[in-house]
Amino acid sequence: MEFVRRDAPFMAPTASVPAIMRQVLYALIPAAIVHVWFFGPGLILNMLIAVTFCIGGESAMMVARGKSIGDAIGDFSAVVTAIILAFALPPLTPWWVTATAALFGIVVAKHLYGGLGFNIFNPAMAGYVVVLVAFPTYLNFWTVPRIGDIDYHYVDLFETLHYTLTGGLPEYLTVDAVSRASPLDAVKSGLSTMHTFAEIDANPMMGNFGGRGWEWISNFILLGGIWLMMKRIIRWHIPLGVFGGLLVPSIIMYAIESGANASPGFYLFSGATMLCAFFVATDPVSAATSPKGRLIYGAGIGFLIYAIRRWGSYADGVAFAVIIMNMAAPAIDYITKPRIVGHIWREKSRTGE
Amino acid sequence: MSAPTFDLGNLHGGLRLPARKDKSTAQAIQHVPVPQQLVIPITQHVGNPAHPVVGIGERVLKGQLIAESGGPISAPVHASSSGKVVAIEPWPVSRRLGGNAPCIVIECDGEDSAVELSEAIVPFETFEQDILFQKILQGGIVGLGGAVFPTAQKLMHASITPLEHLVLNGVECEPYISCDDMLMREQADEILAGAQILMHALGVEHCFVAIESDKPEAIHAIAEEMAKLQDDRIVIKQVPTIYPSGAEDQLVQLVTNKEVPSGGLPTDVGCVVQNVATAAAVYRWICKGEPLISRVTTVTGDGIPAPMNVFARIGTTAADIVNFVGGYTENVRHLVIGGLMTGKSVTNDRIPLVKATNCILVLTGAERTGKEQPCIRCGDCASACPVQLLPQQLFWYACADNEAKLRSYGLMDCIECGCCDLVCPSHIPLTADFKMAKARMRELEDEVARAERARDRYVAHTERLEKEQLLREQQLDAQKQAARDAGPRAIADIIERSNKGDADGE
Repeated sequence: MEFVRRDAPFMAPTASVPAIMRQVLYALIPAAIVHVWFFGPGLILNMLIAVTFCIGGESAMMVARGKSIGDAIGDFSAVVTAIILAFALPPLTPWWVTATAALFGIVVAKHLYGGLGFNIFNPAMAGYVVVLVAFPTYLNFWTVPRIGDIDYHYVDLFETLHYTLTGGLPEYLTVDAVSRASPLDAVKSGLSTMHTFAEIDANPMMGNFGGRGWEWISNFILLGGIWLMMKRIIRWHIPLGVFGGLLVPSIIMYAIESGANASPGFYLFSGATMLCAFFVATDPVSAATSPKGRLIYGAGIGFLIYAIRRWGSYADGVAFAVIIMNMAAPAIDYITKPRIVGHIWREKSRTGE
Repeated sequence: MSAPTFDLGNLHGGLRLPARKDKSTAQAIQHVPVPQQLVIPITQHVGNPAHPVVGIGERVLKGQLIAESGGPISAPVHASSSGKVVAIEPWPVSRRLGGNAPCIVIECDGEDSAVELSEAIVPFETFEQDILFQKILQGGIVGLGGAVFPTAQKLMHASITPLEHLVLNGVECEPYISCDDMLMREQADEILAGAQILMHALGVEHCFVAIESDKPEAIHAIAEEMAKLQDDRIVIKQVPTIYPSGAEDQLVQLVTNKEVPSGGLPTDVGCVVQNVATAAAVYRWICKGEPLISRVTTVTGDGIPAPMNVFARIGTTAADIVNFVGGYTENVRHLVIGGLMTGKSVTNDRIPLVKATNCILVLTGAERTGKEQPCIRCGDCASACPVQLLPQQLFWYACADNEAKLRSYGLMDCIECGCCDLVCPSHIPLTADFKMAKARMRELEDEVARAERARDRYVAHTERLEKEQLLREQQLDAQKQAARDAGPRAIADIIERSNKGDADGE
């Protein structure tokens, strides 16, 4: 009888890239629902625009590179990039800002470096940094969260669409009516104008740790991240590194002078800390790969987030921190190369002889 | 009797794989009858090939030597049953992929009459070490765990090193395979008697029998036999059910908490590892006079309706064995000799059972599909690697053919266990890629060695020519110097003398 020859092992693989990417997307669903509850339908619109341009950009690049479109779209990595980008952008973002970020991330940061697996920089963060530098005013525009006891205008679907398509609100609305400084902005400007953190924290916009509303999104991102760790889609090293890198300096600074520094809890639950720890820094392609390397990589990101927030001129530093550590990842991998089993013994027996 | 012990070394990575052994262990080992035709490969071990000592048309008896060992690392081969040698010809075999190897084909007469032993069986304790090694060599015994290294030579090498433990490998960590498990359940006495012979041969006073924790029946059988033997040199070591805990170096690491040095042998850390089936084979040869002409093998897989373990003669074809267990299911696609993780896929079931065949695995092809995608550097391969390599880096360098990097990232330390392959979400055939890269590297080494030899020859040649040239110049210089020393008067003399000579001659 005749049989087909094949290489060992003959067992079915236990994981697949599309399955991993899909689980990452599922893990963000609760946070997305909470986001829409607090900030209106802007996130959904951003997601649609980002997904459209990410997939469009990816398809175009695959054609340009003479490869099959299906292979790239089927792995869901462009969708993950788009969704993370949408989470990073403010709820009200003009479509061309989102499109610029998506196209830069996918076309330049991903495909010009060789596509999935070869990109040095996290595509979502690369795209975000470009629009942060190119369109700073749009990126600092955050709507008021739905939290009852402060002056609040719910931005409905029509108003969101209007802003997204034109870059401006309908005539009957002013910018001041719908927007507030984000908690990170408020803390940064408050501290720089000699307010104590306790004073800033007394503002009704501030919640238990981060800003009200914002901290709930962080909570649900944290939940999604824990679920991913339980499913072993991501490992604990990078999140722990990020938290450690952020908490150690913030605890020290807060202990030295609690008036002039925000609390460690505030830094942990505001801005994109959680999103970064579980969904951005854990992007395997652009991160370090060994367990020790991942701890160092995460800690570097955590520390840079703190440094930029505390001493830099940007309110949040996640994207810059990730991009900087992306550059360091190959070097980290090189210095944390694990010892191959059997290799120390040879040294020992050599010196013993 | 000593209780199973648990104090173990650490193994990096590894995988918990589904066992899939319950079906094949459900019934006792069945004996496959002697087939009409036996196809016995002349070389069934690693090392120097054996040489046939029978001719076509010759009648052979069961246990008769048909190929003698042919070098410092080699083993003889015996006829598995009585009959007539009808051919010595190339035949498809499992060891060389897709290729053929010379085989002695015996038409069996069905009488199964055995050859008379040349020497009477005496208690093994009376043998000197060297004599015992010679005896084991004559039995054609090789490592039955799959590596088929000639046992006598392995023991001989081990006996000149400072040894602490003999480790009997009854781990059998690959899915589906259960032949060692069944052997331990049914022939624990032979295994332990073999262990005593091996200990005597090696001069060691300590033996671990390593068994995976998911084989309680085997552990029980061995423990019961140990109670009867009252030999407190032998200890059962229960090892965790993690693939690849049964790989030689990994087992040593688990049992002794010492790493076998890269490029070294277990003897470097005071261990020698033998498969339990090898121990049983040593016993049967030394104490019963039966050379290695049969073995237990597992016939299993989703392409076999009734998986079981069978005791079959070396040389029985896979087709005959599968027929015996009840044939294939429909839609079988792959025939694998060995396990699911490290076995070798063959294209034809005419291949014979050899000393190395621990499993005949028939698969319907449902296993392992999925298109290769780019590596996303998730690092799961590195966490699974039992040798703590970085397969993602190795893959990168293998694609780039970067030999120096492949070497420094330890490609040659890869044990080809397949763990990285299995966990890879991008379905990259890492193991196959690494095997290929290793082969290329060895080729390159050979080439380098050849080039070096050529260069040495060239250098020697040039040096010789230079030396000759120098010698000639020196001689010439000496002559010139002599002439100069003698001065113009002498030259005139010479000319005069030669003129005079000319005149005399006329």
